[in-house]
Amino acid sequence: MACLVSMEHITKTFSGNTALNDVSLELNGGETHAIMGENGAGKSTLLNILTGSLQPDSGKIIINGKEENFKSPLDASNKGITIVHQELSTFPHLTVGENILVGHLPQRFGLVDRRKIVESIKYYLDFFGVSFTANTLVKTLSIPEQQVVEIIKSLIVESAHTYVFDEPTSSLGDEDVGKLFKLIEGLRQQGKAVVYVSHKFDEIFRISNRITILRDGNMVGTGTAESYNAESIIRLMVGRSLDHIYPPHGQPSEKVLFDVNNLSAGPKCKHVSFKLYQGEILGLFGLVGAGRTEIARAIVGANKKQSGDLSLNGKKINIKKIQDSISNGVFYLTENRKIEGLFLKMSILDNVVVTDLDSVSSSGLLRHNLAKKKTLSAMEHLHVKAHSSAQLVQSLSGGNQQKVMVTKWLERQPKVLILDEPTRGIDVGAKAEIHQLLRDLSNKGVGVIVISSELPEIVGLSDRVLVVYDGSIMAELRKEQITEDMIMHYASGLEVNERLG
Amino acid sequence: MSANVHTDKISGWSGTQILRKLAGIRELTILAVIIVLMIILSFVSPAFLTTDNLNTTVLSVVMMAIVSVGMTVALVSGGFDLSVGSVMSMAGVVAGAFVLGGMNIWPAIILALIASFGSGLVTGTFIGRVKINAFIMTLGMQGVIQGVAYVVTQGAPLSVPLPNAFTFLGQGYIWGIPTLIWILMIVIVIADYLMRHAVVAKKVYYLGSNQNAAFLSGIRVGKVQTWIYIVTALLAGLAGILTLSRFSVATPTAGQGMELQAIAACIIGGASLSGGEGSVLGALLGSLLVGIVDDALVLLNVSVYWQSLVIGLVLIGAVTTDVLTHRQKA
Repeated sequence: MACLVSMEHITKTFSGNTALNDVSLELNGGETHAIMGENGAGKSTLLNILTGSLQPDSGKIIINGKEENFKSPLDASNKGITIVHQELSTFPHLTVGENILVGHLPQRFGLVDRRKIVESIKYYLDFFGVSFTANTLVKTLSIPEQQVVEIIKSLIVESAHTYVFDEPTSSLGDEDVGKLFKLIEGLRQQGKAVVYVSHKFDEIFRISNRITILRDGNMVGTGTAESYNAESIIRLMVGRSLDHIYPPHGQPSEKVLFDVNNLSAGPKCKHVSFKLYQGEILGLFGLVGAGRTEIARAIVGANKKQSGDLSLNGKKINIKKIQDSISNGVFYLTENRKIEGLFLKMSILDNVVVTDLDSVSSSGLLRHNLAKKKTLSAMEHLHVKAHSSAQLVQSLSGGNQQKVMVTKWLERQPKVLILDEPTRGIDVGAKAEIHQLLRDLSNKGVGVIVISSELPEIVGLSDRVLVVYDGSIMAELRKEQITEDMIMHYASGLEVNERLG
Repeated sequence: MSANVHTDKISGWSGTQILRKLAGIRELTILAVIIVLMIILSFVSPAFLTTDNLNTTVLSVVMMAIVSVGMTVALVSGGFDLSVGSVMSMAGVVAGAFVLGGMNIWPAIILALIASFGSGLVTGTFIGRVKINAFIMTLGMQGVIQGVAYVVTQGAPLSVPLPNAFTFLGQGYIWGIPTLIWILMIVIVIADYLMRHAVVAKKVYYLGSNQNAAFLSGIRVGKVQTWIYIVTALLAGLAGILTLSRFSVATPTAGQGMELQAIAACIIGGASLSGGEGSVLGALLGSLLVGIVDDALVLLNVSVYWQSLVIGLVLIGAVTTDVLTHRQKA
């Protein structure tokens, strides 16, 4: 088998964090190569380097025996590497044909040749048996249909020899998945190399010939598909020592603090029911796109809900909009610190008092000294490192920004605190401090729900774990059931497939 | 006090740090430019530093400054208001029409302010609740409200007989200084105080700094936005009424072009179209700079046709300087 593309000793770091460490990968013609790993294992970084979106710090890419330096995705595409992205990147106001042929639109006398567009994509549209034509506007298509457009867009590049699929089936129906697999099989038989990234085990075993597993930026296994099964892959994906000591577990009582019953809000939050007990930290785990954030946003009223009853301390609470949850003491800390968490151009003080302006003002006017006193004591409590309370939040480190964001909710005396990825992108020291803080809060009787896609964090911190898959709660795990293998097992949807299969 | 948290004091800063910090405050930069300009002008033209000329200069920008105060609030929130010029025309015309219809001027003013309030309420509700883009909504309202002014006057200026007590606002003097300038000072002092201390003003800054975060922090985004456009309209209405008082004529085009002048003044004064930045003092200084540049052109016998060209250059120059200095910091 011919080795078409070889990535050798690729290393990549982002501001001190190693995303890829000496990873080598060989892509052979006529072979479908699956790459697996949990969130943050380095899959995306590897693909981005392969397709020219990122440049490696060291290591090289060799195509047909020749070393190549990709400076942009266009470079990679010119050298025969094409990718189907996980995220849709369509032009909604243009037609299907214009989307698929972007970059090499057929022309006649300098004008777009519409007839040629229709001809050149007819084969693929027919193959998928779609109900739209080359002239349909993309914005009128459903998400799965748009994904099909995206797939055809990369398949149409006939000069390509390597096709990369980054979770292409995340929004496809079973029938389209079958068709896509047939196409991939066709490419393989033509002698092309295919890279396939997915969290779904059944897909991996259906189409791949070779599997490579990444963990924490290292390659921890590679071999033929026959040499692996789901269990051995999961063990490789998650098997790692805890990188720091978590605070001791709590002693949850029998008392139900917060009760969510039959909560539904769109496709990413379906009939969710669970209870939160006094004194426990409840972990909510799910892979990217499983619906963790949507569930949290529906609880606090940031997203509209179709149904669902909430009660706090046995008393029903009515949450229609976000102000309702805040006045009931149920707070949500967003995963997206910079985009929807912080006021980056404002001071620490402004960021801390925003949730509780009433308590630092009288007759509509701010009491600056009181606000400053409160902020300084909160900063001291959480060890926020800053010159003064007037320092702009954008100049703080990630860990300190995160602390500021937690502080703004602590100032309002939470009853239930839902934290979405509370330690994303912060250093180990700040992580440990936040974990200890959450445990202290929980011991004081605050209900703490931690959403995380980091398995060690969920395992180390939680007294009980709920696993989310496809907008529903798949499993509830307690005590000795809380292992990385078990959580991953449910989060990958293996249970659903077993039930159906 | 933990070792990591220092008290807010300046001690320990070097002189250059303080200088750099001061240079970073936009208002001070503009103030410096104004002072330098005034010094140069006083040498070039002996007529410049006279009470009469200074009064005229400030008078020429009073309306712009009042409207700019409202515009500042909108800009800080991340929006802007293109309908202020029309509201200004409409308010003067409505008051004038009621007086011509036999009403006393004072209730006529109240009705004009209510009309302005209503215009702002409509604009604000569509932007804040229905979530119409501010550009589209205020552009539409610019047409609608201008239309009202035209319909009321049938296109022609109304000559309005006004009592002295009212014309005193626009034409009188207190201690040698025009009443209008006193009114401007009152508006500025109150607005500046509120923008720095009022909780609701703080919410405007939160909104402009990060609307998503403001929403998730429990700020009622729609409600705050509604009030913002009520404030811009009320201040525009005030400017319209003062214009009526100054000229004793209600012109349906009194505020034409005011929206862009006000935005320019605010931006020169440090506000940003992307929101979160801007101050009342900046709006005042931006307006004054425009006024002084205009005055300089007159004193230097430059044809009035150059005016808009020069003001355009000042705007571009101010923003370019700002972008370049910010880039250096990064």
